Amino acid sequence: MIGISLNVNQHQYHIQVSPWVSLLDALRDHLKLTGTKKGCDHGQCGACTVLCDDRRILSCLTLAVMKNGANITTIEGISGENELHPLQQSFIDHDAFQCGYCTPGQICSAVSLLKEGKAKTREEVKELMSGNLCRCGANMGIIDAIMEVKERGLYE
Amino acid sequence: MNNFDYIRASDIDDALASLNTHDNGSFIAGGTNLIDLWKYNLLHPDLLIDINHLPGHHAIEEIEEGGVRLSAFLTNADTAYHPLIEERYPLLSKAILAGASAQIRNMATNGGNLLQRTRCYYFYDPDAPCNKRNPGSGCSALNGYNRIHAILGASENCIAVFPSDMCVALAALDAVVNVTGINGERNIRFEDFHRLPGDTPELDNNLKRGEIITSIDLPAKGFAKNYSYLKLRDRHSYAFALVSVATGMELDGDIIKEARIALGGVAHRPWRLKEAESFLQGKRADEHSFAAAADMMLEGAKGFKYNSFKIELAKKAIVRNGLMALDPHSQLPGAQPSA
Ligand SMILES: Cc1cc2nc3c(=O)[nH]c(=O)nc-3n(C[C@H](O)[C@H](O)[C@H](O)COP(=O)(O)OP(=O)(O)OC[C@H]3O[C@@H](n4cnc5c(N)ncnc54)[C@H](O)[C@@H]3O)c2cc1C
Ligand code: FES
Ligand code: FES
Repeated sequence: MIGISLNVNQHQYHIQVSPWVSLLDALRDHLKLTGTKKGCDHGQCGACTVLCDDRRILSCLTLAVMKNGANITTIEGISGENELHPLQQSFIDHDAFQCGYCTPGQICSAVSLLKEGKAKTREEVKELMSGNLCRCGANMGIIDAIMEVKERGLYE
Repeated sequence: MNNFDYIRASDIDDALASLNTHDNGSFIAGGTNLIDLWKYNLLHPDLLIDINHLPGHHAIEEIEEGGVRLSAFLTNADTAYHPLIEERYPLLSKAILAGASAQIRNMATNGGNLLQRTRCYYFYDPDAPCNKRNPGSGCSALNGYNRIHAILGASENCIAVFPSDMCVALAALDAVVNVTGINGERNIRFEDFHRLPGDTPELDNNLKRGEIITSIDLPAKGFAKNYSYLKLRDRHSYAFALVSVATGMELDGDIIKEARIALGGVAHRPWRLKEAESFLQGKRADEHSFAAAADMMLEGAKGFKYNSFKIELAKKAIVRNGLMALDPHSQLPGAQPSA
């Protein structure tokens, strides 16, 4: 076991993990932050997307020990106490989910997409969101939701 | 999946020395390929040496003779979006951004990208014979479902392809790979870095055990005016290439002064043919010339039951990408064909 500290959603945690535990399993099983989902566990679906030092990464292909000392943001940490993040509200407004399993990953990914500022057009948003699959096929709603937040400048 | 130890290397020497403390030690960079392969039980490291925290090793800098040096430990995203790369080597930016997803590019490093393993389905299937995974066991793809497999440079022992996008651009740009081992440093020309399968398909490249890639050098010529990367695949994004083409040209009016063409998704390494490139010198940059060069590049190509379509697809992709290189702004995000 290795002792590591992780700053998750602005709380400092000190945990003991085996070197082979993924960041995803550390978040879900050790910290009980189950908002982040395990889809494929092989980097192919994006359900496990979290922000590490403000950049989107896949927590299933990351070892928790590699992130000793890093700042992690999960879906539980993106909004304030009592209000929704603009992307969360927009996902509701645009029916951007059905079963909701991909949603935490989609929203974390979109938070990072807007911060990166590389996507200017709808086509570019689609391209830069392609790492998040939705098995329910809510993709149009997802892109609509992101475009609204982007175009109305609700979040940068 | 086996258990392993983990340490963070403090510098290159520490990383190299740590390798010798365990029989099966391995470097870990982004982990996007290594962790995946470990989960599939294809790798059994007993020690992972984290090489993400080596001080002084995350830069992109100009070097003598006008070139640029990319740290091996920098992420693919930081490389693709770096102002020097966007301006002077847009072909490289484009190729990197055509690969994987935004999340994976934020994790994957330049060194790791060169060393990623094949996506051959049989390589991942522990019950199937595979000479790359288990030398001497046979090649299941040869008479199996070989849609994604090689049409050039394959051997009867292995028809797997090397899946990187970034490396197709690096091949076209004549990059050089700088490595350090316990016996010092050496520089490997990109064309000598990856290998064809021959009788030893278990070896993807010529990096020796105990060596670490420290950086990649790009020569001054970046073909920033006329370039294009085209990636053809089964879905529009987040899929490996069936065929991809990196083209860079220097033009004098509509006459080609110099051309580089590299193919991805067709062989065990990025594929170039110098004869086709010299043939294009002095020719008009048009469909006719590109088609003739495409015929030369695909001469001797051999299709298998499910991938013969790739031969025609590669030829058409070379022509289309040549035309797209005349107007780089015609390219769509994700290296799609232009409308
Ligand atoms: C779902 C998915 C889709 C993908 N799609 C694409 C795609 O479309 N196009 C594409 O090109 N790629 C694609 N990739 C592959 C991805 O680009 C590679 O996994 C990545 O580039 C590997 O880099 P890494 O830093 O994560 O390597 P790691 O996984 O950390 O390492 C890979 C290997 O390289 C070794 N290594 C790493 N760095 C060094 C070094 N500096 N010196 C010596 N050895 C080193 C490690 O020991 C290991 O053996 C995809 C990956 C996934 C999971
Ligand atoms: S669970 Fe990580 S990408 Fe699917
Ligand atoms: S809402 Fe069900 S997977 Fe996306």
